[in-house]
Amino acid sequence: MQSSDVLAERGSTFPAGIEVERHHDPDSGADTMTINMGPSHPSTHGVLRLVLELDGENVVRCTPHIGYLHTGIEKTMENLSYYKALVLTDREDYLSNLCNNLAYSLAVEQLVDVVIPEKSQVLRVLLNELERIASHMLWLGTHALDIGAMSVFFYTWQDRDLILEIKEHMSGVRTKTSWICPGGLRGDMPSGWYERVESFLNQFPKRMEMYEGLLSNNPIWLERTRGVGVLTPQEALDAGLTGPSLRASGVAFDLRKSNPYSGYEQYEFDIAVGQYGDVLDRYRVRMEELRQSYAICRQAMKRALAMPGAPVRTNDRKIAPPPKAELDTSMEALIHHFKLFTEGYHPPVGEALGSVEGPRGEKAYYVISDGSNRPYRVRIKGPSFYNLQALPKMCEGRLVADVVAMIGSIDIVLGDIDR
Amino acid sequence: MGLETDQPFLTVSMNKVVNWARKNSLWPATFGLACCAIEMMASTDSRYDLARFGSEAFRASPRQADLMIVSGRVCKKMAPVLRQVYDQMPDPKWVIAMGDCASNGGVFNNYAVVQGVDQIVPVDIYVPGCPPSPDALIHAIMQLQEKIDQERFSQRY
Repeated sequence: MQSSDVLAERGSTFPAGIEVERHHDPDSGADTMTINMGPSHPSTHGVLRLVLELDGENVVRCTPHIGYLHTGIEKTMENLSYYKALVLTDREDYLSNLCNNLAYSLAVEQLVDVVIPEKSQVLRVLLNELERIASHMLWLGTHALDIGAMSVFFYTWQDRDLILEIKEHMSGVRTKTSWICPGGLRGDMPSGWYERVESFLNQFPKRMEMYEGLLSNNPIWLERTRGVGVLTPQEALDAGLTGPSLRASGVAFDLRKSNPYSGYEQYEFDIAVGQYGDVLDRYRVRMEELRQSYAICRQAMKRALAMPGAPVRTNDRKIAPPPKAELDTSMEALIHHFKLFTEGYHPPVGEALGSVEGPRGEKAYYVISDGSNRPYRVRIKGPSFYNLQALPKMCEGRLVADVVAMIGSIDIVLGDIDR
Repeated sequence: MGLETDQPFLTVSMNKVVNWARKNSLWPATFGLACCAIEMMASTDSRYDLARFGSEAFRASPRQADLMIVSGRVCKKMAPVLRQVYDQMPDPKWVIAMGDCASNGGVFNNYAVVQGVDQIVPVDIYVPGCPPSPDALIHAIMQLQEKIDQERFSQRY
């Protein structure tokens, strides 16, 4: 009698499909068993399901199963006007909302061929880098939590909450702001916003020192991460990795440098590159990225503060709504406002790709227009999907306890994989 | 009352004392799905500190949990898993549908998403918001505590 039968007799609904399977090969002496990890598991960063074939403690084969969070976002966007489809981009990779907004906006702006004001470019960079810091803070906290360092989680979430407060200050929402939109930004920053960012940035270097002190020379941390989940540059490229996971393997590829958008070429920063491509290198690369993001934020703040009162939205009333104050006095403004939010705009027939360097890698939106007010097709390229492809390669032959360390190190978001 | 003791004692209705114990140690199962799960995690962090209400002990195993916070959109592939995790939880158990997607599908009115988790499991509290802030989740847990307080404990064995 199998254990599942016993459970069934006692009234359990545990299905037989997840029963542990044993495979014994008398010729080679191999004795493996297949176990199931997820989709409801605290360390898989969402609803990822891994089927692991184990030989004792060692992983022989790892098969990721995805689709447990498939939301049909790409299809739903086809039924919304260009302006309304923006809100779905927030909900897709839910840890890099503003980066998604920017990638989609870049694609739509190419389609309608609109030039946006300088200040909105600067603020887009600032918001994207703040988003990157927030996302890396969450990664650091949960990654350390998976490996067993509980207290890091509580510290990093303090910093993350400060950035969410910054977002709440400008938009009223903690996470899904949709603040970057085709045509610029939704609005200018309210009073007191820059001071809040300034006070966050002032304390940030000290916090970084603290995180380094907690982990970088911690013998347990080094033991759990050094030499674990090694990817050679060729393997990383073959799997299609982008972002910090690729750079940790020693490939200096960053869209902000190789294909600058929103004026990234005007900022001074370095690309963090790793050497060995293991979990420790991925940690070090992300920590260095946090410092570089901080440097970019400082530069962007200086530029934004030098442009008080400058417009943050295009003047093209067909693309962006008129200022609220104009609605009371101008008939045309009222018509434009009504037209934009009911029908939207009709970009000419064509295709456009907007891609940005998100916290996890290259985030791209490929938008096809058939001349109507709704996109004919939106294809989202999520970096997590490609990063996950490297996981089976990394897991082979490693201990099962290291699997959670490796999942944490590639920083996947299931909303980004399944969409 | 005929009780001969020098130890202090208290007479109280069974309903009150059981409900008091139940409502102040609601252990949630970690059922993080999407965006709301991040805000659910935020509610346990040092700033919002769900531990003040006795609910900080998120259990990875449904066998040790009595509250299921469905945080995020439930797609049709995930629905059987959700029901299975709910069935594995021992009684008494409660469910919070956190966020618009878990409550009624939210912005995702399409082929993939279950239009409200109440189609699969009985829901006690709905939390509006996309995503709800950690304050909203804490409020929901306090509402649930009030609800538990008014229950007859024998109806949930």
